[in-house]
Amino acid sequence: MAAPMLRGCCLGRCWALACIDSSSRHGRGAATGFTSSGKRGQSFVAQQPLLTAQKSRKGEHKWAAVVGLEIHAQIASNSKLFSGSQVHFAAPPNSLVSFFDASLPGTLPVLNRRCVEAAVMTGLALNCHINKKSLFDRKHYFYADLPAGYQITQQRLPIAVNGSLAYSVCVGKKWRQVITKTVRIKQIQLEQDSGKSLHDELRSQTLIDLNRAGVGLLEVVLEPDMSCGEEAATAVRELQLILQALGTSQANMAEGQLRVDANISVHHPGEPLGVRTEVKNLNSARFLARAIDYEIQRQINELENGCEILNETRSFDYKLGFMPEPNLPPLLLYDTASLPAGADPQQVINIDRIQEQLPELPSETREKLIQQYGILPEHSFALLNEVGLLEFFQNVIKETRAEPKKVTSWVLNIFLGFLKQRNLAVNESPVTPSVLAELLNLLDRKVISSAAAKQVFEELWRSKGKTPSQIVSERKLELMQDEEALERVCHAVMEGHPQVVMDTKRGNPRAINKLIGLVRKVTHNRADPTVIKEILEKQLSS
Amino acid sequence: MLGRTLQEVSAALKQGQITPVELCQKCLSLIKKTKFLNAYITISEEVALKQAEESEKRYKKGHSLGALDGIPVAVKDNFSTSGIETTCASNMLKGYVPPYNATVVQRLLDQGAVLMGKTNLDEFAMGALGSDTGGSTRNPAAHCGIVGFKPSYGLVSRHGLIPLVNSMDVPGILTRCVDDAATVLGVLAGHDPKDSTTIQDPGKPFMLSSLTDVSKLCIGIPKEYLVPELSSEVRSFWSKAANLFESEGAKVIEVSLPHTSYSIVCYHVLCTSEVASNMARFDGLEYGHRCDIDVSTEAMYAATRREGFNDVVRGRILAGNFFLLKENYANYFIKAQKVRRLIANDFVNVFNSGVDVLLTPTTLSEAVPYLEFIKEDNRTRSAQDDIFTQAVNMAGLPAVSVPVALSNQGLPVGLQFIGRAFCDQQLLTVAKWFEKQVQFPVIHLQELMDDCSSVFEIEKLASVSLKQ
Repeated sequence: MAAPMLRGCCLGRCWALACIDSSSRHGRGAATGFTSSGKRGQSFVAQQPLLTAQKSRKGEHKWAAVVGLEIHAQIASNSKLFSGSQVHFAAPPNSLVSFFDASLPGTLPVLNRRCVEAAVMTGLALNCHINKKSLFDRKHYFYADLPAGYQITQQRLPIAVNGSLAYSVCVGKKWRQVITKTVRIKQIQLEQDSGKSLHDELRSQTLIDLNRAGVGLLEVVLEPDMSCGEEAATAVRELQLILQALGTSQANMAEGQLRVDANISVHHPGEPLGVRTEVKNLNSARFLARAIDYEIQRQINELENGCEILNETRSFDYKLGFMPEPNLPPLLLYDTASLPAGADPQQVINIDRIQEQLPELPSETREKLIQQYGILPEHSFALLNEVGLLEFFQNVIKETRAEPKKVTSWVLNIFLGFLKQRNLAVNESPVTPSVLAELLNLLDRKVISSAAAKQVFEELWRSKGKTPSQIVSERKLELMQDEEALERVCHAVMEGHPQVVMDTKRGNPRAINKLIGLVRKVTHNRADPTVIKEILEKQLSS
Repeated sequence: MLGRTLQEVSAALKQGQITPVELCQKCLSLIKKTKFLNAYITISEEVALKQAEESEKRYKKGHSLGALDGIPVAVKDNFSTSGIETTCASNMLKGYVPPYNATVVQRLLDQGAVLMGKTNLDEFAMGALGSDTGGSTRNPAAHCGIVGFKPSYGLVSRHGLIPLVNSMDVPGILTRCVDDAATVLGVLAGHDPKDSTTIQDPGKPFMLSSLTDVSKLCIGIPKEYLVPELSSEVRSFWSKAANLFESEGAKVIEVSLPHTSYSIVCYHVLCTSEVASNMARFDGLEYGHRCDIDVSTEAMYAATRREGFNDVVRGRILAGNFFLLKENYANYFIKAQKVRRLIANDFVNVFNSGVDVLLTPTTLSEAVPYLEFIKEDNRTRSAQDDIFTQAVNMAGLPAVSVPVALSNQGLPVGLQFIGRAFCDQQLLTVAKWFEKQVQFPVIHLQELMDDCSSVFEIEKLASVSLKQ
């Protein structure tokens, strides 16, 4: 996925983006429910610059869209929220199901400490107020993958409330200006995940796998402060990075560890908000923005055609409401001031301790990168945006004397470019940090030219086991070190092409490049073009 | 031997006067003879004999596990028993064999108790014996002339007790005398990590001291419990009991529990709501009864639940669903919770004013004959039966029914003592003193049957007359 920054589109005008996609007007199903294809989404940012879109929309009524999100993140814990069965991805069906998970009569929930800690950590990282007392409720509905007929959740009084999530937008010419946007977090609550149902159309039956039933979830509710798909996707991306940095969730959308539901409405600026619809279970980062923008556009079209927006009621809305979970007493958390004397540390959670031990968050990491290496903000985003890329970068830096800016450029442009082309993850790269560092050292010492370095890199990618130095000597890519020899070549070339020399002296800017090209040819590209230019200029002026 | 108290039998086992296997066989024989009473849903004969043999081995080696080793026990069929069918007397769980033991069952077995079988109950305990949600331990105890004890909520684990109302259910103990109840409580009480509503205290054996001096005791008589429907006989026993305490030096005062009259309605709302929630899991998918319909999941649910549940259960589920609907929740469920708080506070206020124990009737009258019993519908019947016992469950307090005397008809009548939360030991101590004063005759079922053998050939009994 591209960097979690908006490419100059969203400042209340994201309908422009949606209209670019307006050719695809199939049912809503087309845009939702996709699982992510490929391990990392390709760039889903519409490449059309805003300017074009604005022109075509001039003179029409303005619309503003309002997007809120409900995000479910699976907690990274060894066992489930209320029972001791293990949490593993892709285990044999119904092999991780305890008596409680199967809702055997007489079984009772027992709260998992790690899940509570994960909720507190996440709440603190998102600037929430942690409720020292929170409650559990039953939310009833009948579905085959919900064995007890209810889900245990926290509706009345969740564990954390009133937080915020900051994400960054790049605007302006060449997207150099970084703007921070904030979305308010309404609450974070602990709740159970449901099992999985697989529909076997052939035999008209549904197969139920309860491995996932009862796994702990953090539901993070984002207020409708976002105005388009891009903003929503960026916010989700940042949340993903935060959860991964905290270790509270692996937040991998492809594996269903992070699921997003979006609430969307449109209205004319200055008028009241419109009717909300819900786009559910977006489990691909790639389609999140598109699905939301599609829905925004659909609503605009409906309204412009004089139709109404229908709020599709959830199928279980008419059934039972909530009921307090009678088998779980209120969850009480403490801080250092309120901790009861002589309390068993196994039985209590101290919010202050958790705060002290919070790991570094992505925003801090980026700031440090900028301070430490002097790289640009948008590059700091890019480095954090790819799994393993930051670590790769830092390992290269450790072993090379090349300037951080150079390293950044190589890692983000050339290295990342190669990965993307071949659809590989960082940890699948045939080029290790050491190898790249060695290459950059050669470049830094001016043993090879920039162009040569790129050639070497290509070779490194293809054939493992060879070092950069080996490739350089094999292909005779070393730069000419003998300056006197180079001067003789330059002189010879100038003598051989008097017309070009004349053009150069007359001030034709392209002429000198021609000369440089000729010299390079003679030297089989083993001379540094910059040095060639210097020598030529010196010889021309004399 | 079968009419003796637990402690007496335990002593006899230790001294070798009778062996666990002999005792088990005697029990089984009596169970078979009284099969027409339909008291047992499942008789676990093989398991019981096996356990009795193990117990015998231990006694022979002199390594008995304690007071419960070799003692025959029966467990109501809403407690989960590993490998033994557990039905809650419902079609819905016919054939359901749990893979685990309820904590209380496990604790009994760990002490060497011999499990004779699973006893009968109203479907899903909506009305009668055993576990105590609104009086289902104390009421039958009063009618049968035995001790029925309801511990404080949170003292005994509910893990494995198939729930009716999670916030009110407790495992109840039925024994011949108060000492026996205390012995069993000592085994069952204490924190269970599998039940988050149990208190942290690990629990210790309950040894009841013999109270001799009641002059420091303050007994409360709640005036709201003097209702017109109370039979004159029970009323007179109640009055005599109060006088007994007073004459022995205790302070006996009239107290008020002003919200008593709301408890039945409040209980009804909360009970049906929790029931609707707890019954949601019975869908025929994972265990229990499943209908034959396979047209769609919804159709399967509907048919399974219609076939699996009787009218009473279905009625309560529907009522509960109504109260839990979004538009009704505040007016019914939340209101009932508030009233519950008021009822609980009534007790707190009374206990804070210096009262140690409350003394009330357990039931309105002696047991009603069967033909008369079936005239009222279940709801009216429950409302009547539970009138004195229900509020205790709402407040989570300990209470015990102790037999006081036989009625003019020769049927047992009991009186109820209610104690402070987690003061179960004090409560039982007072009850034990009272029991000693009253000297209620022990009912010997064997002798009774020998006397009335012809009567027992008839399946349906109108009433039973006991010879004193």
